[in-house]
Amino acid sequence: MISFECVSKFHEGVAAITDLNLHIQAGELLVLLGPSGSGKSTVLKMVNRMVNHDGGEILFKGKNINGFDVQDLRRRMGYAIQSTGLFPHRTVAQNIATVPRLLGWEPRRVQARVDEMLTLLAMDPKAFSHRLPHQLSGGQQQRVGVARAMAADPDVLLMDEPFSALDPVTRAALQLSLKEIHRATGKTILFVTHDIDEALLLATRIALLKQGRLVQVGKPLELLQQPANDFAVDFFGRSDGGLKQLSLRPLAPHIKALEGAPALHTISHTATLKETISLMATHRVSVLSVVDDHKAVLGQVQAADLLEN
Amino acid sequence: MPLALVQRCNPVLALYVVLAMGAAWSLPFVRLAPNRLLTGEAVYLGDVLLQHGGQGNWALLLALAVWLCMAMGWPKNRVIQTGVVLAMACCLAGAWSLAGHFASSATPADNVHARTALGSGFWTLCALAWLAALDAIHRLHLSTLRRLLLQGALWLPLLLSLNEGHHLSIAKEYANHRDVLVPALLRHLHIVLLAVVPALGLGLLLAWRMTKTPPLRTAVFPVLNVIQTIPSIAVFGLLMGPLAWLATQWPSLGRAGISGVGMAPAVLALLMYALLPIARSALAGLEQVPQDTVHAARAMGMSQRQVFLQVELPLAWPVLLIGLRTALVQTIGLAAVSALVGAGGLGQIMFDGLYSAANELVMLGVIPIVLLATLADTLFKVLGALMRTPTR
Repeated sequence: MISFECVSKFHEGVAAITDLNLHIQAGELLVLLGPSGSGKSTVLKMVNRMVNHDGGEILFKGKNINGFDVQDLRRRMGYAIQSTGLFPHRTVAQNIATVPRLLGWEPRRVQARVDEMLTLLAMDPKAFSHRLPHQLSGGQQQRVGVARAMAADPDVLLMDEPFSALDPVTRAALQLSLKEIHRATGKTILFVTHDIDEALLLATRIALLKQGRLVQVGKPLELLQQPANDFAVDFFGRSDGGLKQLSLRPLAPHIKALEGAPALHTISHTATLKETISLMATHRVSVLSVVDDHKAVLGQVQAADLLEN
Repeated sequence: MPLALVQRCNPVLALYVVLAMGAAWSLPFVRLAPNRLLTGEAVYLGDVLLQHGGQGNWALLLALAVWLCMAMGWPKNRVIQTGVVLAMACCLAGAWSLAGHFASSATPADNVHARTALGSGFWTLCALAWLAALDAIHRLHLSTLRRLLLQGALWLPLLLSLNEGHHLSIAKEYANHRDVLVPALLRHLHIVLLAVVPALGLGLLLAWRMTKTPPLRTAVFPVLNVIQTIPSIAVFGLLMGPLAWLATQWPSLGRAGISGVGMAPAVLALLMYALLPIARSALAGLEQVPQDTVHAARAMGMSQRQVFLQVELPLAWPVLLIGLRTALVQTIGLAAVSALVGAGGLGQIMFDGLYSAANELVMLGVIPIVLLATLADTLFKVLGALMRTPTR
């Protein structure tokens, strides 16, 4: 879907991005991860030409992005940012309708799409359509920001630290919403963050950047298990890298048949190993019973089994 | 202790009352003259009241005094303050009617030259009544819209009793100049619009350029500031030469109405004066538009034009409106002076009065200018109150 071929960018003679080679497949949720100043946001903005690259080529659907009309290119890519950038003088519905209107959709189609988007982001169209952005909470504003980015059904979604300014609870809810939307729509998403846990939770692949250079690309577990260099090891946390791996591993393969009476404390079968161990530590037990969505006991897990492959 | 007294009472109203008594005592309420050019003999409010004073007038005056004393003592009582507003509106109408009645009785019916002119006492009393009403309205703590509405209603009794004063000199001047007054008013509006509308476009464009290229503002604002400091008459004069030269070089320009005298120098000078408040407020308005909003608008594929019209302008508008109001009021006033270069308008009537030493004719030109400026000011305040755009 998007390819970077030997792309470089200079700010006043200093290299901001050096020889970037990166290929993003359709349907991926690729997270650009790195410390501040690593150039991850610049990489994102080069895709919709909010920042122009100086060397190399960026291809969108196999065609050089400089070959597109710049407004046409941007309208085909959804864009969501940390501060939302919502239009304060326009209602929620008008905000979401921005790109469809620019594309000249019929009013009825726009209206239907706005309702669909609000529903997708778990907001009641009747209650929210006519509100102004300042009448919403931070989390609701960001939901509208995401809805606006997706309104014209773009080929690609570009998201620049969209959840960084939110409180942890709201952020977790929006992360799950995004994950669900990605699973349901199969959109190609390019997501910038400096938050490792967010990256591990959302990404199908992670691209780790440092000072404008690509350090490593791969699936989240690959980056944790085979870090390319010391920087990668440090970035993912030298001492608790193992715990982070646990957060990517499902509990399901470790469920054993019940032995005797079910344990007092229960855990859902969809939990990760990290959650399982955390719960064991909380209750100071080494056995938990595993339940399904309807609270029926499926089996049990034992602390000793969890770390075996 | 004295401070506490001041806070509990209304010293402003007390000052107005003292001033009003002084004005009634020492300034002529009306002047009686054998013709329109002579200054005439002063008649004071006391004499007028004595002549027309039935018992009723004195009773009304006493009631007014009591009510004003109450208003001074209870400045926060809304009923009493509303009463003050009402009383002041009636005072405006009453002063006019009183002067009118005096004029009709003092002027012999067969003498068409004799004039009863409004004196400085009349104008001072009216101004004080108006100020006292504004003070009372302020104390009612109303919303902007209601306050403006009430300020407008203040003139209603006077408007209804306008006919009472048809024997006054100013009414006679109006009757004599009725045929030129309306064209002069239209001409005045024409000049103002021709200056302010292009100034709005130009000011917006300048401000918008300045947000894109900040160094530009260090070049533009000093020039606009200097223009603002030049006296308007000097600018009219300075423009006459070059414009006359242009008209002789290109006769087609002359045929299009460009010449050293008339509308062209007036409109051009007024445009230059209007540019500073408009450009400054437009820049302030555009600068408070959140950068992220503009960034997001561009990233969603809006053209520069669309970003300006759909995002920047609507968000800058409330601030721009303040500058536009200043420019409009200022231009309405300055346009009076442009009569000096032959542009016409209400200033023409004012200068005619000055040249012929007919004070009432001067007032006939000045009053519509003041009303026009007040109207424009109020209109824009209402607009501003109606469209306060919520920002984060």
